[in-house]
Formats: sequence, structure tokens, C-alpha cells
Amino acid sequence: MKKYAFIIDIGKCENCHNCFLSCKDEHCGNNWPGYSTSQPLHGHRWLNIRQKERGVFPLIDIAYLPQPCMHCDDAPCVAAGNGAVQKREDGIVLIDPAKARGRKELLAACPYGAIWWNEEEQVPQKCTLCAHLLDDGWSVPRCVQACPTGALSIFHGDESELRQRVVDEELAILPEAAKLKGQPQCYYKNLYRYSHSFIAGSLAEKVGEIEDCVIGATVRLKKNAEVVAEQESDDFGDFKFDNLPENSGDYQIEIVRDGMVVRELSIDVVQSCSVSTIIL
Amino acid sequence: GGGVTRYVNNTNGGPVFVHVKDGRILRITPIQFDESDGASWTIHARGRSFTPPRRGTINPYVFGLRSLIYSKDRLLYPMKRVDFNPDGERNPQNRGKSGYERITWDEALDIVAGEIRRVKKEHGPGAILNSSGSHHTWGNIGYWLSAKTRFMNSIGSSHVVHNPDSWEGWFWGAMHHWGNSVRNGASDTYGTIEDCLKEAEMIVFWSSDPESTSGVYGAFEGTVRRQWAKSLGIKMVHIDPYYNHTAALLGGKWIAPRPDTGNAMALGIAYVWITENLYDREYVAERTTGFEKWQAYILGETDGIPKTPEWQEAETNVPGRVVRSLARQWGSCKTYLSPGGLAGFGGACRCATGIEWARSMVCLMAMQGLGKPGVNVGCLQQGAPVDTHFYFPGYAEGGFSGDLDNTGLRLNMYQRMPQLPSMNPVSQIIPRLRIPEAILGESVEGYPTDPKSIEGQFRKFGYPAPGHSPIHLYYKYGGSHFGTMGDSNRYARAYRSDRLEFVVNQSIWFEGEAKFADILLPACTNFERWDIGETANSGGYSHHQFIQWNHRVITMQHKCIEPLGESRSDYQIFLDLAERLGLGNLFSEAMTELDWCRRLFDGSDLPGRVSWKQFLKKGYYVVPAPAEANRAPVSWRWFAEGRTKDVPELAPLPADYTSQWRKGLQTQSGKLEFESSSLKRFAPDDPERPPLPTYIPSWEGHHTKELYAKYPLNLISPHPRYSFHTMFDGKDSIINDVRDHRLLIDGYYYWIVRMNREDAQRRGIEHNSLVRMFNDRGEVVLAAQLTDRLPPGTVHSAEGSAIYEPLGEPGASPDRGGCINVLTPSRNIITRSHSTPSNTCLVQVEPWRPGGEA
Ligand SMILES: Nc1nc2c(c(=O)[nH]1)N[C@H]1C(S)=C(S)[C@@H](COP(=O)(O)OP(=O)(O)OC[C@H]3O[C@@H](n4cnc5c(=O)[nH]c(N)nc54)[C@H](O)[C@@H]3O)O[C@H]1N2
Ligand SMILES: Nc1nc2c(c(=O)[nH]1)N[C@H]1C(S)=C(S)[C@@H](COP(=O)(O)OP(=O)(O)OC[C@H]3O[C@@H](n4cnc5c(=O)[nH]c(N)nc54)[C@H](O)[C@@H]3O)O[C@H]1N2
Ligand code: SF4
Ligand code: SF4
Ligand code: SF4
Ligand SMILES: [Ca+2]
Ligand SMILES: [Ca+2]
Ligand SMILES: [Mo+4]
Repeated sequence: MKKYAFIIDIGKCENCHNCFLSCKDEHCGNNWPGYSTSQPLHGHRWLNIRQKERGVFPLIDIAYLPQPCMHCDDAPCVAAGNGAVQKREDGIVLIDPAKARGRKELLAACPYGAIWWNEEEQVPQKCTLCAHLLDDGWSVPRCVQACPTGALSIFHGDESELRQRVVDEELAILPEAAKLKGQPQCYYKNLYRYSHSFIAGSLAEKVGEIEDCVIGATVRLKKNAEVVAEQESDDFGDFKFDNLPENSGDYQIEIVRDGMVVRELSIDVVQSCSVSTIIL
Repeated sequence: GGGVTRYVNNTNGGPVFVHVKDGRILRITPIQFDESDGASWTIHARGRSFTPPRRGTINPYVFGLRSLIYSKDRLLYPMKRVDFNPDGERNPQNRGKSGYERITWDEALDIVAGEIRRVKKEHGPGAILNSSGSHHTWGNIGYWLSAKTRFMNSIGSSHVVHNPDSWEGWFWGAMHHWGNSVRNGASDTYGTIEDCLKEAEMIVFWSSDPESTSGVYGAFEGTVRRQWAKSLGIKMVHIDPYYNHTAALLGGKWIAPRPDTGNAMALGIAYVWITENLYDREYVAERTTGFEKWQAYILGETDGIPKTPEWQEAETNVPGRVVRSLARQWGSCKTYLSPGGLAGFGGACRCATGIEWARSMVCLMAMQGLGKPGVNVGCLQQGAPVDTHFYFPGYAEGGFSGDLDNTGLRLNMYQRMPQLPSMNPVSQIIPRLRIPEAILGESVEGYPTDPKSIEGQFRKFGYPAPGHSPIHLYYKYGGSHFGTMGDSNRYARAYRSDRLEFVVNQSIWFEGEAKFADILLPACTNFERWDIGETANSGGYSHHQFIQWNHRVITMQHKCIEPLGESRSDYQIFLDLAERLGLGNLFSEAMTELDWCRRLFDGSDLPGRVSWKQFLKKGYYVVPAPAEANRAPVSWRWFAEGRTKDVPELAPLPADYTSQWRKGLQTQSGKLEFESSSLKRFAPDDPERPPLPTYIPSWEGHHTKELYAKYPLNLISPHPRYSFHTMFDGKDSIINDVRDHRLLIDGYYYWIVRMNREDAQRRGIEHNSLVRMFNDRGEVVLAAQLTDRLPPGTVHSAEGSAIYEPLGEPGASPDRGGCINVLTPSRNIITRSHSTPSNTCLVQVEPWRPGGEA
């Protein structure tokens, strides 16, 4: 049986909210019998877009992480549901609105905050992966169709094929999932843009009366006296070492010009940090 | 299937499929093309081939449409203000305060027609003022430039002259250096996508965020092209006080100047080019005039101040070394400059220094050889190689307006779709930015937005016009101005004046200015009436605007559902009124809206490709991409190579050329002019706009010391990403749930102000908390978002709130709806203009203490 999974590229998400809004267009005020009751006009975020700003002005970047229900394997919501929540053979996890009526406690069963409470209908609700459309012949759900950048995509194929893609494209699941129940079937590409930290800085030097950017200097990143990365400062004298784990402790930066180490500094990485301009 | 019918319609954020079941809209989706639809183009660049996806994209707010159509804020019945009695007490002082009661269409139409007749008789020509927003639900027939214009001409009314707000600095400034008056001073951009992908090494986005603004009407068509550019390794630089969404998506160097410092950085760049010999000397010698004067000014020979990168640092706060690096890269590689999200826009053109900024953008391009391979304007937002010869009109071509003066009807459609002319007998015109003063009976003046020639803008006009009546009746169409015009509390004060005897508002929703009317006429959306239109084809000042789209998509705009409640199409409302005034057949020519769609279809090139029946059924037509040999040539290439003009636009008209038609530019010299000949002829000593672009500090900025001490924050108010001005905001739509659009705090959706973390901490402001932002002009209550996407000292809050909700006296109390323009100036950028300095605005921000409104 082919299964469905989300594959989401953080490097391509621009927070346009087309996914979030198309989801509402599909589900607010629309009942899909056998699948879902209508979503309230306001409040729910079946596709919740989290965001993270990294660094300090002016060396920053920003990442957006769209998070739907991740249609987990071994889903804790299914376990807690006593038949009210089902995992279909194709991987889609559905809450039965009739069986789940009144069961607000199911919200807590999802460790990822993907279930929302519909006060008026007294039902827990979440992303259905637009199963009513997929079953009707649509090749992708609304949010994927709406995404203009290719950040959102849907996988439909064999488990082994999915495993291969996870390896080939270095896909990852939410970091918190390791500690939590359930195996999310929502895979992220370039997740480090959200989950990891960078060290960035700018190099400058005095040339007579004025200051200039230092272009093409070698910048080394060391951890425990070992070089873990090396790059050249760019056209504006900037450097940026990315994909460092948060709270990963002390690093040393070495600036090298003409084969000589001209500056050394050490940095304690808690979150992303931008060191103030280094004048060589 | 399943009882669902799939209709087609169109919006300013892209064409759509509309799924309807049992007379109700189920969903609205982007159009996916099928095999029978016109072929796509392919660009071959650097060993790769690029073809756009076979679909249309749409903007986020388009997904909010269903919730907007069925919004609880829809006007569903004609209404009368409870304390308005046309035959007794009118209580104008209660406009904006009193409630409304439902009346019948007959009552409403009788009152409005009666007032039109009475006011004309009692006061004479000119007493009726009509105005609208600039944008509209999509279509050629129902557009305000079509139906509304025909009606207002027919009854005779004072016409509102729109300032060129999208273009300001380009219209009042850049035009004097490179012409292009027909494009309001902006550039044409033919063939630039192919040229950029093949040749360019760098793109400089300057006040340019196409991922938010989509050029205009461009949806996400440009996104895939910019992704291609990134994959080709084309470098990107973003000059914007805000780390905007284009920068966030594409990366590259972010350079954040203090807002409203205009051309200081540009002059610093030119300084490096001149002193380090990084400009195109041959091009400057052959294709430009006045360079010596510019050079002398840059080097400080004329005023003793060399415009070094260090000099500009004091103005922009951008380190000199960064500007020097930028200049060196730009000067030594082939570079595209994108001033604004669409070449010829940009928040930087809408501020006190905006004219000088736009002028300097032209000068920089002149130094780098504008038109040479890889050296041009744009950011892949415009210039797709679609068919520019296939003719279909844009909305500014006037539909069935019959108007030859203020629409583009005479260009093509007057011959192609013969119609009764309509002529406004009232020659009194009113500058839009002075509507409140005009209503209050003050004399006002303005300069026209006249695209016919460079000098058109020099003809000053005044109000009241000789022999005309001042305004006594306001026929307001839509209600956006609180959210979009400067110092907008002025409008509330004007509405409440007893000089205004009658106010009628024709709107779809009960919002903004609608709440200040005596009579409300409920209009329906374009999903409830027939229309016809091409995506992103506006015509007018933006000839061939559709070249932003990867495919030309011409739509039959189906009437998908019946008008909600008792609402009617604008066409029908005007026809109903016209009939009461004895103008019925003159207005409609006894045709229905669908008849007019058919007539417009027949006047276009469509019948040669598709039958009316097929078009009506399928709902859209994709114009096939032309063969490579028939693609439009690259803009400015002809000029750079000293040939005659070969891009597919007539403009400027044959008569405008100094040497020979199609040879040279519209300027007096026919060349790119560093020193403008038209300004020398008009006002050579104008200190606000000297013939040579110079640095003139903002009249409301860090140099205005006293004010700056009191209001130390520069507010920029760019266009809202999740709404199109006021059109998709508020109204209880799902857009409210976008946390970067409005924020729900204590049950109310507040508009957002973004500020630097340090600025906020110093003021005791927390993330997602309520603040008051204020200056001497007014006060707005907002939700603060803290960020490092802005430098300290700059705050960011989009324009475009649809909600005006003064907490006390309208016009004199804090607004919690989010109309940022309550704070922006109403004065002109320079005296000899009619212009809006939206991004010139000093403010202070403090935590909001509830009850503080008292
Ligand atoms: N601070 C600041 N202010 C700005 C700018 C800025 O950058 N900063 N930008 C400026 C620019 S470039 C522009 S273009 C202006 C735009 O300013 P406006 O043109 O004033 O704004 P819109 O929201 O487009 O106005 C459209 C109005 O028409 C109504 N309408 C739309 N369709 C229909 C219809 O079918 N029937 C009827 N009866 N009514 C309809 C809408 O409801 C709305 O009230 O804002 C300007 N203001
Ligand atoms: N979603 C959406 N799209 C729209 C519109 C809309 O309302 N909503 N409106 C349409 C219309 S009518 C128009 S005219 C266009 C407008 O298109 P633009 O004029 O290009 O858009 P703006 O948002 O005004 O400005 C673009 C950028 O300029 C920056 N900026 C502001 N002040 C300065 C400055 O002093 N210096 C520099 N360097 N940058 C500055 C802003 O931060 C912003 O990111 O957008 C069109 N597209
Ligand atoms: S994300 Fe939550 S709701 Fe969705 S399947 Fe996993 S546990 Fe269940
Ligand atoms: S798959 Fe469907 S239900 Fe799930 S987030 Fe996307 S649009 Fe919403
Ligand atoms: S539609 Fe795509 S790009 Fe836009 S917010 Fe969603 S995932 Fe991101
Ligand atoms: Ca787990
Ligand atoms: Ca160059
Ligand atoms: Mo505009």
C-alpha cells in the first residue's frame, strides 16, 4: 500500500501563508462527511506556521516552519482515541467527528499541538491531509497546490522509497519528536535553518583614513582546538558558519591572512550570534 | 461532479477556479492549465532551460475571498443613517457616529437621484464630487473606470485627479531624466527576464520586495524566476530598512539604510565609480548629457562636500565600507537594478526624499550603460517572453466608459468597440490629497498626473474652478481613504461638516468611510456579476503589465452566484439611478453586462482564436507563447546600441520626439540627462527640485532637530503583504488569522507595528503587546512585534487598514482600527507637485494603557 507523507523544505518557505489560508478556504464552513466537520472561521491553525529569527541586526536570517498534523506512525492520538482516531492504511490519521464528540482531552494526546478544539461543534479537529480530495482523485491537498515556492510537497509511494528519500535528501523530523511519542510522517529539508544556530560576523580594516571590508580572508571555526569548518569572507567581508547545534558551547574563530592568524576569538554558542564588526 | 460546478473568475491576485454547489461557493483555487491551453515559453540560459509551471499562482489574500464574499460585514440592503432626513434635519455632525436603518431600493434610489437633481439646481455645476479608490474587483466592464466613469460623466461631476501615488518620485523626478511620461516616469521592461537570466551577475533590490507586493497583480509568477536566478548563482543585494520577504527567501546581502535618506547612498556609490573609474565612460559620452555637472557635484567641487561613502554614512547609518564594497561589485559586474518591487515603484519613491532617490536611480543606470546585455532595470518580476502582439484591453482602457479624457479608451477600444461617448461637462477638478480641504471650502491647488508629455505635470490647477460651485454632495465609491491617504483624520473632520449636504456611499462592505454616509448603496462582488478581463492587464500607465505573468490568462468572469442579500452590481445601481434621471438608455445602450462582455470580446483579438461559446464555457484562454524569433526585444537595448526604438510600445507619441520618431528619448536632448532640461525650462531655481539631482535632507527626519527629539522613530508604511490595500483586510475574513497581518489580543484583531528589540526594551514594550504610536497628527493603537529585521530607530507598519475605529470623537481620537495614515503627512513631497510622502513620518511609541483614550 502506498503511503502519504509531507515533505517540507524550510529553505523555500517564505511565510506567504497560502497553505494556511487555502486550508481555511477548504475547511471553514465546509463539512466533508466521512472526513471532517467544518473548521471554525477563526482560531484554528491546522497548518501552523512557526517562525524563527536568528542572529542580531544586521546579520540575521529567518526561517519558517509550516507544521500540519504529521500523520504519525504509532500516533499517540490514535492510541488515546479508543477508536475515535484512525490511522488509515495509506498513513492518513483521521479523527472521526461523531466518535470524538465532546472529547477535548484528545488535544493533550497530541504532543505536537496539532489538534484544535471546535467549541461550537464540541469536536477535536486537525489536518485531514485533505483525504476527501485525495480520495476523490486530487493528486495533492489544498495547501500543497497553493504553495508557490515548492516548499510544501506531498509524498505518495512505498515506505522504502520514502526511507531512501530521507537519506538522499537529508530529511529530518521535528527535533522534539525524538523525545516524544509518535513517529511523525512529516519530513523537513534544511531543518537546520530553524533548529540550529549560526555564528556570523564582518571583517573590516583601516585603509588610511577610511575603513574597508576585508574580502577573501580565511575564517576558521574550531571546536576543541580542531578545525570544524573554514570559509572565506565574502564580498562584504562577512562570514557565517551555520548548522551548529544550539547550546553547543565554546567555539573559536580564527582569522587568517597571508597564512598568518591575525585574530582569534572564542564564542559560547547558545543561540545564533552575530559578533560585532571585527576590525583587523 | 457531485453537483459542483467549476466557474472561472479573476482577481488582482490572479485568476481562479470557483467551485460552486447549490448556489454557494465551496472553494476558490488557482488555475491549472490543461494540454489544450496555449504553450509555455522556454528560456535557455547558461546551459540550462527554464520553463514556467503550467499553472497560475495566486496571492494569499485571494484565498480569503470566500470568507470576504460571505462576510458578516457585507452590506446586504440599502441603508439610511437613522438621523438623516433629506426633507428635514440632516445632522451632518453625526456622520461616523449614528447607526443605520434598512430602507428599500426604491427609497434609496429616489433619495440619491433626488439629491443629485437638487444639488445641481441649487448650486450649479461642480457641486457633486465623486471619488473612488484606485483598485477594484477585477474586470473591464464593472471596473470603476468603466461603469462609474460613464455614470459620473453623464450627470456631470467634479472629477478627482489621482496623484501618481505608486510612482511619485518617478513621475515628479525620474521622468525629467529619461522621459517615459506615458509610464508615469517608470521604465519599460521587455525581454528583461531572458536577458537577466542569460547575462546578469548581480541584482540589486532597492526598496524592492516583490515577494510581498508581486510587482502589482503579479501573484507569485516572479518567484520561480528568482529561484532560477539564485540557482544560477546570480548575486543579490537588498537595500531596504526592513529585512523584507524577498531578502528572507533569496538571501544575499541586506543593507538597511535609515528610511527617507533617499539618494545619499546612491551619491556615495557614484563617488566610488567616479574616483575608481568603475563606470561606462563611452556610454556616458555617447548616450548622456550633463555628466560633468553631476561629477562636479559628487566630487564636492560645487558645494565643498565630496559625496563619499563616509559622507553618506551620517545620513543613512550604513557603514561607508559597505557602500564602497557594493559600489565596487556593481561597477565591475553586469548588474540589474530593481528600484521598487516593480521597476518604477518602491516605498523610497514615496517620501520627502523620494524624487531625488528616483532621479539618482536613473543616473546610476546611465553610468553603468543601461540597456547593455545584463545591465537593466528589474528583478525578474517583469519581462516574460509572452505574446505582446495579441490584443486584449486592460482595465484602464475604460471598458464602456465612453470617456476619452480620463481613460485609455481612445488608444484602441474606441475603434474596436464603438460606444456612445460620455463627456463630463464639469471641468472643475480636485486633487485627491486635498479632498478634505476642498470639502471644507478652502481653495486648493494641484499639479496634474498627465502622462502625455513631460511638461504635462507643470500645469497648475486650482479649486474652486471659475464659475463652478464648491462641493456639496459627495458620491463616494468604496471607502478606503482612512487607510490609504495621508493625515487621514482629516477625512473624518470633513465628512462631519455641514458644507456637505449629502453623502452617498456605494460599497460592498460596511467599513472605513462607508460609516460616514447618509445613504448606503450595497454593491456586490465580481463573483456575483458578469465581467471579462485579463490577469494583470491594467493598460493605461502600465502598458503590457501582463508581462509579469508567465502566461497571458484572459478570463470570462462568470457570474458564479446570485448577488447576496439585496446587493446589486455597480452597473445595475448606476443604471437604476440613470433611469430615474432620464439617462437609462444613454448609460446602458440597452445592453446587459453580459452583452457588454460579448461586445468587448468581439473588440479584442479573441474571436480569431476562440469562439464566444467556447470562451464562455471554458472560462479562460491562455495566449500561446510566441516563437523565439517573435519575442519582444530587450528594453533600452536599441538605445544603448544607438538604433531606433524597437520595443512593442508606441510611446512616446510620434510628436514627442526631438529628432525623429523612435529615435532617442523623450528628453530635449534625446539622451539620458543627468541635468534635466525640462526642469531647467520650468523652474531652474526650485530648491526643492533643482535640475541636477542633489541630496536634499527630508523635511521630517533626523535633521529636523526639534521634531526628531520629540518623535525619534522613522515610520515606514509599505504595502500590506496579506491584503491589497484595504480590499482584503478586516471584514471578519480569515486573513485576520494571519499572525503577521493582524494580531488577536483580548478579542480584537489589532494591526501590527514592528520594531527593533532594543527600541522596544527601552520603552518597556513587550512582544505582542499593545502600544500607542503617535505624533502631532494623531494616534493609533497597535500590536507590537519585536524583531531584528529593522535597525534601531525605524518602525514598520503597513498601510491599508480597512477599519477606522476612533475610540472617541471621529477625527480627534486614537484609532484602534490600524489606519497608519492617521500619522503620515498630508503635504506634498515638493510644492510643485501633487504627491504623497507616505514613508516620511516621525513618531513615538509607548505601551498602551487601556482607558488612555479619555
Ligand atoms: N502610508 C502609505 N499610504 C499609501 C501607500 C504607501 O505606500 N504608504 N501607497 C499608496 C498607493 S501606491 C496606493 S495605489 C493607494 C491605494 O489606495 P486606495 O486606492 O484608496 O485603496 P484601495 O484599498 O485599493 O481602495 C479600493 C476601494 O474600492 C472599493 N471597491 C473595490 N472593488 C469595488 C467594487 O467592485 N465596487 C465598489 N462599489 N467598490 C469597490 C474597495 O472596497 C475599497 O474601498 O494607497 C496609497 N497609500
Ligand atoms: N500584497 C500587496 N501587493 C501589492 C499591493 C498591496 O497593497 N498589497 N499594492 C500594489 C500597489 S498599488 C503598488 S503601487 C505596489 C507598491 O510596490 P512598492 O512600492 O515596491 O512597495 P512598498 O511596499 O511601498 O515598498 C517596497 C519596500 O520599500 C521599503 N522602503 C520603504 N521606505 C524605504 C526607504 O526610505 N528606503 C529604502 N531603501 N526602502 C524603503 C519597504 O520596507 C518595502 O519593503 O504594490 C502592489 N502590490
Ligand atoms: S501530529 Fe498529533 S494529531 Fe497528528 S498524528 Fe501525530 S499525534 Fe496525532
Ligand atoms: S492537507 Fe488539507 S487539511 Fe491538511 S493542512 Fe493541508 S489543506 Fe489543511
Ligand atoms: S504556501 Fe509554501 S511558501 Fe507559503 S507559507 Fe506555506 S509552505 Fe511556506
Ligand atoms: Ca518519537
Ligand atoms: Ca557594472
Ligand atoms: Mo499603488
